[in-house]
Amino acid sequence: MKVIQDLFRDYRFTVSFCVLCLLFSLAFLTIFSPYDPTRWGVVPRDLKPSWEYPLGTNSKGQDVFWQGAFAIRNSLIISVIAGVVSRIIAILVGMVAGYRGRLTDRVLMFVSDSFLVIPLFLIVVMLAMLIRQMMNLVTLGLLLAIFGWAWDARLIRSQILSLREREFTQTAVLSGSGTLRLVLKEYMPFATPLVFSTLINNMSWAIGMEMTLAVLGLVDMDTPTLGTMLQWAISYQAMLLGYWWWIMTPVVLAILLFVALYWLSVSISEYLDPRTRLQRIGAQ
Amino acid sequence: MVFLRRYLIPRLIQYVLVIVFGVTVVFLIPRLAPTDPIASTIAQIRSQGSYLDPATVDQFIEDLTELYGLRGSLWEQYIALWMRLLRGDLGVSFFQFPTPVIVLIGRALPWTVGLLLTTTVLGWLIGNILGGLAGYFSRHKWSQALDILAMLIRPLPYYILALALLLLLGYVVRWFPIAGGTSIGMRPSWTWTFIWDVLRHSFLPALSLVILGGTLWFQTMKLVVQNVNAEDFVQYAKLGGVEEGKIVFRYVIRNALLPQVTGLGLALGQIFSGALITEIVFSYPGLGMLLYNAVITGDYNLIMGITLFSIVAITTAILIIDLVYPLFDPRVRYR
Repeated sequence: MKVIQDLFRDYRFTVSFCVLCLLFSLAFLTIFSPYDPTRWGVVPRDLKPSWEYPLGTNSKGQDVFWQGAFAIRNSLIISVIAGVVSRIIAILVGMVAGYRGRLTDRVLMFVSDSFLVIPLFLIVVMLAMLIRQMMNLVTLGLLLAIFGWAWDARLIRSQILSLREREFTQTAVLSGSGTLRLVLKEYMPFATPLVFSTLINNMSWAIGMEMTLAVLGLVDMDTPTLGTMLQWAISYQAMLLGYWWWIMTPVVLAILLFVALYWLSVSISEYLDPRTRLQRIGAQ
Repeated sequence: MVFLRRYLIPRLIQYVLVIVFGVTVVFLIPRLAPTDPIASTIAQIRSQGSYLDPATVDQFIEDLTELYGLRGSLWEQYIALWMRLLRGDLGVSFFQFPTPVIVLIGRALPWTVGLLLTTTVLGWLIGNILGGLAGYFSRHKWSQALDILAMLIRPLPYYILALALLLLLGYVVRWFPIAGGTSIGMRPSWTWTFIWDVLRHSFLPALSLVILGGTLWFQTMKLVVQNVNAEDFVQYAKLGGVEEGKIVFRYVIRNALLPQVTGLGLALGQIFSGALITEIVFSYPGLGMLLYNAVITGDYNLIMGITLFSIVAITTAILIIDLVYPLFDPRVRYR
């Protein structure tokens, strides 16, 4: 409980926590949606926001409020899949590289360095072109997961490198615990906070990537996500025709989501880093 | 000589290896992907409504096998790709047949390089100077206000920030043109009207890139400066009565700049991707727009050409930054 209290002392944590709660409840609200999000023409077209349609309706004859709720839900699903799967890859790579060292380390770190240097966006576009027909929330999440682990594997590796030199490693090895057991039981607890804070960053990267792929029309355009919703609004010239409620909804939702995720990750990682924690409690 | 052996040669080997790795990834993607690139290209042409008779389809499959370099064993294909690359031949664009991909890239490149170079340098300079000042005077109100502003802008992806600027400055107040690299009907020439036109069109894309890049450098610089600030030599200079302006620029910022140069090298790949996305938002006629058209028309060869070209260009740019770095940092030079 002390931890939670300490975290809430940071205004960024409080703000982002509230915004995310709001967005998550919006996502859960979709269970009660009166409309099928993929159907067109379920409500009158191009209506301004009113009591009946809180955020108006779009030119496809859909309720913008419910579209937005579904968009948040689906974007979150993609980002969670991408984040969790790429975390698994990052943990595996980081731990193996950090613990085995030598050639394994060199090869794995070379691959992750190359991933950082190469313009990955283009590679993702190439792959997305080829699997366009089978693109859905899950495949998109997995596609992004393949490319989202490089930096975080590096962070985990450096943590393992320092843990390896500590005394308890010697104790564990001498008392006969195997490598897998050592890594999972002894090292994992140290790496968990790091994994969690990188997860948030990675989720936000995945959501941004999804939006970009949607602009290029490389995702399934019938499933509402933040990206596809925006892309439909743009392709129907919502800006020129003055349907601001249609285009502003995904833009505002996206900005809220990105800022909230970022503030959450910054406040958590500052909390985890004892140097800045000390600064915040006293000396500043 | 020590510099050569310890620094230059390993760095050059790494450079070559990264390019080999990138090219190999690009080579393997269509071959490992669960769909047949030829079938999907033909499906794409069909989906655009043109009728193809069986003989044409056979001819197409033949041509595409040649075009995608799918002839022979995997190893032979790989060697063939390298032979083509070393000759600077990226094949021909499929939808602007028979223009070579390299010509299309060459046409788009000056726009992207111009935009990217100006915005990266401007963003880096502005971000570092502001970040340095904000880090040094971190207790002032304006420094904290800038910090919050950076916290709001930093998480936004390129696409969203560009779109927000476009909505605000292009549609709401209508200060800037919303699309294109020049006005329609403008001919390239070295006249003031033309240059002014180009600048006016590139202002919004440039602004969004400078803002995002600047924020990134601002935040890291502020942190680094706060650390340098606590070091003994800064305290000593303060106690010794050195002018404040001199301390900030000559002592603190100059020392903090060094990691920022390496940071520039590391971030270049992302900045480049971001520039492509920004170009798409503003219909700016550079590589990003070329990529967009290639994706829309399903021109796989063109996408592959852009990717291969970008990998080589970006790794080379990073290599140059890394080789220039020792000139700034005597500690690296003499090691």
